[in-house]
Amino acid sequence: MLLAIDLGLIIEKLVLILIVVMGSLVIAMYATYGERKIAAALQDRRGPNRAGPFGLFQPLADGLKLFFKEEIIPDFSSKFLFILGPSMAMLTAIMTSAVVPWGDTIHFFDRDISLQIANVDVGILYVFGVVSMGVYGIMIGSWASNNKFSLMGGLRAASQIISYELAMGISIIALIMVTGQLDLKEIVLQQQKGNWWNIVYQPLGFLIFLICAFAECNRAPFDLAEAESELIGGYHTEYSSMKLGFYLFAEYINMFISSVIMSTLFFGGYDIPFVNEQHLQVSIGQWAVLLQVLCLLAKVVCFIFFFMWVRWTIPRFRYDQLMNLGWKVLLPLALINMLATGGVLLFLNK
Amino acid sequence: MQALTNRVKQVERKPLSFMERLYLPAIFKGMLITFGHMFKKRPTINYPEKKRPFSPVFRGLHVLNRDAEGRENCTACGLCAVACPAEAITMEAAERKSGEENLYKEEKYAAKYEINMLRCIFCGLCEEACPKDAIYLSETFAPSDYQRKQFIYSKDELLIPHPVNEPDAYQKALGNRAKK
Repeated sequence: MLLAIDLGLIIEKLVLILIVVMGSLVIAMYATYGERKIAAALQDRRGPNRAGPFGLFQPLADGLKLFFKEEIIPDFSSKFLFILGPSMAMLTAIMTSAVVPWGDTIHFFDRDISLQIANVDVGILYVFGVVSMGVYGIMIGSWASNNKFSLMGGLRAASQIISYELAMGISIIALIMVTGQLDLKEIVLQQQKGNWWNIVYQPLGFLIFLICAFAECNRAPFDLAEAESELIGGYHTEYSSMKLGFYLFAEYINMFISSVIMSTLFFGGYDIPFVNEQHLQVSIGQWAVLLQVLCLLAKVVCFIFFFMWVRWTIPRFRYDQLMNLGWKVLLPLALINMLATGGVLLFLNK
Repeated sequence: MQALTNRVKQVERKPLSFMERLYLPAIFKGMLITFGHMFKKRPTINYPEKKRPFSPVFRGLHVLNRDAEGRENCTACGLCAVACPAEAITMEAAERKSGEENLYKEEKYAAKYEINMLRCIFCGLCEEACPKDAIYLSETFAPSDYQRKQFIYSKDELLIPHPVNEPDAYQKALGNRAKK
């Protein structure tokens, strides 16, 4: 039979997708809480502390508030695109998580379940494809708003992402030359078995990737698309209610996913540092996988903290400075990094 | 060009050095500063749960006092209204009937006593003018409201709770500023 697909596989994948999507939503939700708390801490304030203990229910209250807000679609907007914009932003933000290896294989109900939704050979390329689609959500939304500030925001987002994607891609090429793999799972396994994480081989590449990741996520200091103080919220000026919520949420999910990608590519993914996984698996069995997932999440939390820390430290770039940095600094640096990596690899005859 | 003042400062405008143009050291320094702020003491006080102590001369909402047996001190002499620079106080006097000796301390009392808290400037001159220690300013301040008329406080709001019937509420309302 042509459609002889194992039903168990479908259920297993569906459950996994559900967990990953829900997990990233919850993490994004509490990232908003973390953002506010961290911002407050960095500015000697207290942050939200009214809703529940330590203000822990604040994200729920925020979400509820967004749902109950009036939904306004401007008269002169193109309605279909206006709704498509935030949906696209959300969709692409979540889609990236499909190829991320969250942990090793677990043995459950007589099945080997890989904690990766889709084991795509070209995982990195998939991530890149989806991430560059993310800007369409912003562009479509800002275009459909029929508002000049929105359009300026969308314009900035588009040019920014195009400029920084180049440097990002080239910094990744250097990494791929080192690993010889496009498969995210294989990259993690290499880092697990080899002695060092990729950050050791590619420090400059990581730096470029990190800066570009900030730009791709539209996070400060690259939040020109949003630019509260000059563009009144930029691309989401005209948005209200949950459509605005989708945009804001997509930003946090993007931040989460790019933290995951950075951990996977450069910091060993779910590899537990200083621990031999094989021995661990022998001694505590399945629980080792849980530890791995937690370890990946811990790395991600560090990255998210870093994202926020930077946001509340550094002021926004001016548009021309942004272009200068992207084209005249990061791109040449990435090229040099790629050439140097290639040269070294050739010299070592790998 | 001649400088207008002697406070002119010549600014050095030489091009950025290599280290400065790298950006990253400066960014790192800035991030250390913000990180340091995470461990600083926060000056914010969780207001309704915790309150800052007032200074001893703080003047808040007015209180119409009673004596130890719970009789109103005010005799509606009108000196507070005369003293009031903001003209916030209105009152109407009435004569005490027989049988009301447990309510009012002297033969005359204020049947109506109103203070407009939107006019009041909390200067405390009424307190100084009062010969009977009937009015004084407490340590609480006027709560917010949506309507102007809610800010005209009548005797219901101003009178202190009865010291015999509700001693706890009385002590709480008395505060530290009443003349003992």
